[in-house]
Amino acid sequence: MKHYDVIVIGGGHAGADAAQAAWRMGARTALVTHAFAKIGEMSCNPAIGGLGKGHLVREIDALDGVMGRVADQAGIQFRLLNRKKGPAVQGPRAQADRALYRAAMQREFTGRDGLEVIEAEVADLIVRAGRCEGVVLGDGAQITSGAVVLTTGTFLRGVIHIGNQRTAGGRMGDNPSVKLAERMDTFGLPMGRLKTGTPPRLDGRTINWEILNSQPGDADPVLFSFLSQAPVARQVSCGITHTNEKTHEIIEKNLSRSAMYGGHIDGVGPRYCPSIEDKVVRFADKSSHQVFLEPEGLEDHTVYPNGISTSLPVDVQEAYVKSIVGLEDVTILQPGYAIEYDYVDPRALRHTLELKDVPGLYLAGQINGTTGYEEAAAQGLVAGLNAAAAVQGKAPVRFDRAEAYIGVMIDDLVTRGVSEPYRMFTSRAEYRLSLRADNADQRLTPVGLALGCVRPDRRASFEAKMEKLEQARALFSDLSLTPNEAAKSGIKVNQDGVRRSAMEFLGFRDVDAAKLAQVWPQLSDLDAGIVRQVERDAIYAGFIERQSADVAAMRRDEGLIIPEALDYRGISGLSNELRQKLSKVRPATLGQAGRIDGMTPAALALILAKIRQSTAKRRA
Amino acid sequence: MSDTIFALATAKGRAGVAVLRLSGPRAPVIAEALVGGDLPASGRSLRLVRDREGRVLDEALVLTFEKGASFTGEAVVELQCHGSPAVAAAILRALSDDGRGRLAEPGEFTRRALENGRLDLAQVEGLADLIEAETESQRRQAMRVMQGALGARVEAWRRDLIRAVSLIEATIDFADEDIPVDVSPEVLDLIDRTLADLQKEIAGSFAAERIRDGFEVAIVGAPNAGKSTLLNVLAGRDAAITSEIAGTTRDVIEVRMDLGGLAVTLLDTAGLRETEDTIERIGVQRALDRARLADVRLFLTEDGSVSGLGLTPEPGDIVVRSKADKGGAGRESSISAKTGQGIDNIIKKITGELIQRSAGAQNAIRERHRVAMERAVTYLTAARELVLSGPDVSELAAAELHEGIAALNSLIGRVDVEDLLDEIFASFCLGK
Repeated sequence: MKHYDVIVIGGGHAGADAAQAAWRMGARTALVTHAFAKIGEMSCNPAIGGLGKGHLVREIDALDGVMGRVADQAGIQFRLLNRKKGPAVQGPRAQADRALYRAAMQREFTGRDGLEVIEAEVADLIVRAGRCEGVVLGDGAQITSGAVVLTTGTFLRGVIHIGNQRTAGGRMGDNPSVKLAERMDTFGLPMGRLKTGTPPRLDGRTINWEILNSQPGDADPVLFSFLSQAPVARQVSCGITHTNEKTHEIIEKNLSRSAMYGGHIDGVGPRYCPSIEDKVVRFADKSSHQVFLEPEGLEDHTVYPNGISTSLPVDVQEAYVKSIVGLEDVTILQPGYAIEYDYVDPRALRHTLELKDVPGLYLAGQINGTTGYEEAAAQGLVAGLNAAAAVQGKAPVRFDRAEAYIGVMIDDLVTRGVSEPYRMFTSRAEYRLSLRADNADQRLTPVGLALGCVRPDRRASFEAKMEKLEQARALFSDLSLTPNEAAKSGIKVNQDGVRRSAMEFLGFRDVDAAKLAQVWPQLSDLDAGIVRQVERDAIYAGFIERQSADVAAMRRDEGLIIPEALDYRGISGLSNELRQKLSKVRPATLGQAGRIDGMTPAALALILAKIRQSTAKRRA
Repeated sequence: MSDTIFALATAKGRAGVAVLRLSGPRAPVIAEALVGGDLPASGRSLRLVRDREGRVLDEALVLTFEKGASFTGEAVVELQCHGSPAVAAAILRALSDDGRGRLAEPGEFTRRALENGRLDLAQVEGLADLIEAETESQRRQAMRVMQGALGARVEAWRRDLIRAVSLIEATIDFADEDIPVDVSPEVLDLIDRTLADLQKEIAGSFAAERIRDGFEVAIVGAPNAGKSTLLNVLAGRDAAITSEIAGTTRDVIEVRMDLGGLAVTLLDTAGLRETEDTIERIGVQRALDRARLADVRLFLTEDGSVSGLGLTPEPGDIVVRSKADKGGAGRESSISAKTGQGIDNIIKKITGELIQRSAGAQNAIRERHRVAMERAVTYLTAARELVLSGPDVSELAAAELHEGIAALNSLIGRVDVEDLLDEIFASFCLGK
């Protein structure tokens, strides 16, 4: 019988980064998926990144994950969102060529010693004494492993809706994983149902591009990976059009035929990605909605009309799409559909993404109630790192909320659960000013190096960058001016007699490095990229300093471990409501307990008392 | 370094001694500033406690405990002062004015003791009750705020601040979507409204001035009811001119005095009646204005009726019959300023009512909330500046707004990211 350290089920974005992470940790890893050719498939929109999401991709990259590098290979239009705002809220985004993306991802799975792809269906999990120890394939073959990462996406009891038609399926053209769903049932996990939708795919050759506005990429593209220099693929523009009153009228008239409005769907959909039916109903006063026409590839005529996902019947889709300017004669290549699927309440997970009740089994991606490639890949990374660490007898890998968006997301999931498909936003990160896309490497690459998941080429480039950065910082900190001297150089400053360093001046809103280089010409000898990084760090220095007490308090509470077996019923003074919430989440630390909705300082003191009591008893 | 925290450690309300406890690395320096001089690292001393302006608040027994040898395990200073709620409140206020410490959360001393391993198992067993009691009193405080006049305003602050932050967050997180680029007019309007309200609240009746500077008790009633006579008896001197002529008192006469350990300003006012005399009419209007703002109104009537005065007793107000020497004697609520009958009784009534108001948690709640509001004003003012400097710094404006909201946590409750997202998704059609 074959044996691996880690088996990853599923070749989507969560599965790919999970397998890659486990492999980088030195674990013998197998990725089991239906078809090698589908690894890296972008089954929804052909884009990676955005606000919050771009941050996640940068963090994955900083830990040497694959999504960023692959997206850079496939990018056909790069845009840095919020370019005019501060660096903390700038998010890199790219349109990706689906075929190039798949190809680049599949290259990552080719010729890697210790990383295998097994083309097969997983029929069942091997569970011994409550522990997951491998998988059973469709042909009955068994493969054992130290840990299993399950990334089934929307395949658990997936149902596709087009109008009143329903088909079982995990993605258009793929079968759902029924047997696995049954196995999951035996674990008695809390489950729920979510839905998501896609728009009809259009034939770009039948779109009247001439009369539409287009949106080009940035002149100075910002890529995802800290290792990438410039785009590889030819760059293209997206088209922009709008729905109109006619479109809305068609949709309104046929609402009852929509799967969602016809009462066929129970799952909860994301509010930030509503179907066109939803938009028309909920924002009835808006007579027009923007539609981005995103090319799916350079050699592919398919166009993804972002903004009009639907579960209306095919004939209605035809009618409303053709009512849109530029799409009058369009051919629909594949109708839009809504998909409903099961997810596991992520409060059943540890921060490592291991199921609390099924040791050895890790979950990542949409199965945990999230949406988006980036969210999936980031969870895959965490599950892969932890599965490998567990097998190797190393400490669990955890990122806290002040360290990474990855940490914010996982903590949100396992502490708060989800009420709609979870998507990352920068506003979810309370330490947003420190968690920037531009400093993801400074925050996380050292962590990755310590874990052993960062390979030599990245180590070398990171260390070289840090050395230059340190030198530049030292220079900016050493140079200084009195307020009087500063005023003479045209820098507005309080005449308080306090000498300030170039670094401090850089924190002023109206001072940049170029201005300081007029005072100190030696600054212009520094690498431009490095200087920009020093500038970005300086902008937020004051704010970050102010937050440092909060971060310290948060970390102190994170250090207070709550024993897993703690019985909340045995704590007198806790309200019933809190007792129930605590029993459901089973927080790992006092910090996590504090983030449970409705928690009070007094209740935390009671829990702390209980922890102290039980440790004292153990010692006695 | 951890924060230095302080709170009243003894039960609130009137008692022989009140203990204020400070714990944390800065406890000794904060206490030294308060008592104006060095304190022994460990030991006790008798000191005068003064506020920032140098006014003596009380004489207190000061106990200092070194780090590692205290209840919490940190450096601790305990001020044992006289058990008047007004004194305790004034010292609490002086401590928060110092700025280097903050009011403790419920259970926080205990929590520190636990973290530093200073409690044994038996003590831990007893904690639940203690903390439960504290939590219950917090809950009651919160309810009192929400039911009071402040409740509606607090609701509005919460709504406005969530709206303001969500507008900014929408322009940040949904920059590539169809939303207005410039939300600053509405954001500024929301911030300004909240700031104005907060400032009014801080400056106004809600401020702890009341406790430090005393309560106002207005004596009201018809002309010639004996108000001025009563004032003079209570004050122990002839502060107001008395005569048989109705309408003798025109202006509001104020007498500051100590009533049962509380600082009280007694107001003698013009008799309330319709009058043709211009000057007297102004006096009556003033009397009404001041009386409405006073903490307690003492209605003095000869016949027990309070109708026709243009003022009706509110809960907590006191109604007494005057001139008991002229008949109707023997009733509990009758007094005679001339014979002194019932005067003790009336003092007891007034002090009883005021103690009830200053006691309980209300001092702490006021102090805690005043501090919270002042901090919020600082952050909101900064946020306002940043919003004015344009959308380029919207992430900084958001940061200040979030801090402002966090400062108001004790009043408006925790604002969760989900609250913001709810507001964003309800306001904008997102999802391209």
